Amino acid sequence: MAIFLDEHSRVIVQGMTGSEGAKHTRRMLAAGTQVVGGVNARKAGTSVDFDDVTLPVFGTVSEAMEATGANVSVLFVPPAFTGDAVIEAIDAGIGLAVVITEGVPVHDTARFWAHAAGSPTRIIGPNCPGIISPGKANAGIIPADITKPGSIGLVSKSGTLTYQLMHELKDFGFTTCVGIGGDPIVGTTHIDAIAAFEADPETELIVMIGEIGGDAEERAAEFVRDNVSKPVVGYVAGFTAPEGKTMGHAGAIVSGSSGTAEAKKQAMEAVGIKVGKTPSETAALARSILTT
Amino acid sequence: MDLFEHEARDLFERYGVPVPRGFVADTPESAREAAAKLGGTVVVKAQVKTGGRGKAGGIKLASTPDEALVAASTILGMDIKGHTVHKVLVTEASEIAEEYYLSFLLDRANRTFIGMASATGGMEIEEMADSITRMPASSFDAAAVFSPEIAYEVNAVASALWKVFVSEDATLVEVNPLARTKDGRIVALDGKVTLDDNASFRHSRSSDSAQGDPLEVRAAEKGLNYVKLDGTVGVIGNGAGLVMSTLDVVALAGAAPANFLDIGGGASAQVMADGLDVILSDPSVRSVFVNVFGGITACDAVADGIVQALGLLGDRADKPLVVRLDGNNAEAGHRILDEARHPLITVAHTMDDAAGRAAVLAGAGKES
Repeated sequence: MAIFLDEHSRVIVQGMTGSEGAKHTRRMLAAGTQVVGGVNARKAGTSVDFDDVTLPVFGTVSEAMEATGANVSVLFVPPAFTGDAVIEAIDAGIGLAVVITEGVPVHDTARFWAHAAGSPTRIIGPNCPGIISPGKANAGIIPADITKPGSIGLVSKSGTLTYQLMHELKDFGFTTCVGIGGDPIVGTTHIDAIAAFEADPETELIVMIGEIGGDAEERAAEFVRDNVSKPVVGYVAGFTAPEGKTMGHAGAIVSGSSGTAEAKKQAMEAVGIKVGKTPSETAALARSILTT
Repeated sequence: MDLFEHEARDLFERYGVPVPRGFVADTPESAREAAAKLGGTVVVKAQVKTGGRGKAGGIKLASTPDEALVAASTILGMDIKGHTVHKVLVTEASEIAEEYYLSFLLDRANRTFIGMASATGGMEIEEMADSITRMPASSFDAAAVFSPEIAYEVNAVASALWKVFVSEDATLVEVNPLARTKDGRIVALDGKVTLDDNASFRHSRSSDSAQGDPLEVRAAEKGLNYVKLDGTVGVIGNGAGLVMSTLDVVALAGAAPANFLDIGGGASAQVMADGLDVILSDPSVRSVFVNVFGGITACDAVADGIVQALGLLGDRADKPLVVRLDGNNAEAGHRILDEARHPLITVAHTMDDAAGRAAVLAGAGKES
């Protein structure tokens, strides 16, 4: 099993005809993903050749869904147009919208999040590397060949730290890795992914990676205390980040005394989550739980 | 991007939030002229992006233009919590009857916006947390906090402030204090505005932000994601989370990081050279830790980039580099670095080991 994305997922790419969209569509196909088409209003009716498949380009998400049975959309749309593109996907009733774009204004994200309320659409991102269920499907830009299928579920605000742990724990492998993104507002949260991993029979251990800013990790810790029976291992980045400075990700900022790495680590440890001091120590903690 | 108080004041004025009359001055003489134009008693306020100005002596009353000149000459050049004062805001003084608090901001947890109001104000927000009422921005009503006649006026200010928040793509607009004067007017006496940098493409924004750290300004000109810190180990890596983690690992090794620098996924030779150039220009840097995880970009390409970057920099590259590559084609990357036999490069195989070596090379840290 896997969460949110599996071998039955049929994926379309909004922005497939752009250079990033095309590059990553090729990589998603190579990872075995069923990519079934792209969306670009100005290139509707054309098609794009990838190594051994030719994918049709549709004018709208709804046309693409109707013609291909797609249920997942991955968005490589420039920031100025991302808000409208996500709303189009929500209105078409897509099951999962994975928003890779970095630099989306937070007012636009708040708008499409509010628009998704009551709809069947799950949003991952924006400003995220996407989601991979190794051996089944890859929706986004996570490198597929650094890991294998297995028993760990991973949820993270950071792309490269996700890759680091996927690689270090390659021998155990992963059910699904979800990069939820580093923006102040994101669609899918640590809690959403942890709840799904708890319910997934193949996931034996959950790794959660956080970083400074907001209180998502603290809230996830409370959720783990009340709802999770599986072992959870954690890591938090940003202990040395100064107050008031944005550290790369738009949401990674300590404001006054809130959002510090120390507070997150303490909240996680207080509910029994084992927190590593470094990525390698975090991998070692996961390893020792899985081998005993 | 945080605005200076005078920039926030100008935005408030443009959207109809009532503010005291005032002028910005960058010399004592121009502060005197501003006071003369305003007439009566004025307030001279240091323009720095930090709290606690009053306690630090950065806010002074002046009853004549000559007193304003004296006040400005004391305040200009002052250091407040590491921020040098380059400008003062001179405003008419208000006779305050009561002080309130009003703001709109991003609510990350609920993925929406909220309004906050309090019938007390003028203190640091942490000190009055208990007295603040929070409401969804869409149903903000000052009547939840104030008596009906004051609520009516505060709601008018709130609706103008909400326009600032939405129209300018802000993540915070705060009036603290919002004052009721003895002659019954409601005035925003101090304001704080944070704008969303991601929305810059739909605004023409010019801020005094060029007053930041010179290395940060230079890095920003090259499109690099760089934050200056206080230590001696320069750090360069790919991905914001990995770089933050690298800073922490350097600190665990007993040294202090000199900067945050995320060169993103690509890590081309030119970006690597630009990044190293900024880091090596920092006189406090004594060693550099290059930490790259090869995901989509393979490590052999990154290794080539590092070797070429050192070639591009020539004599300007004069501090030892500890390089740790992991992920795709890491072994090929190590081979390229070994074969280059560059005297400045040390190859390490784990983050922890690399941080330890970089710390020792910087003269800090513990041998392990």
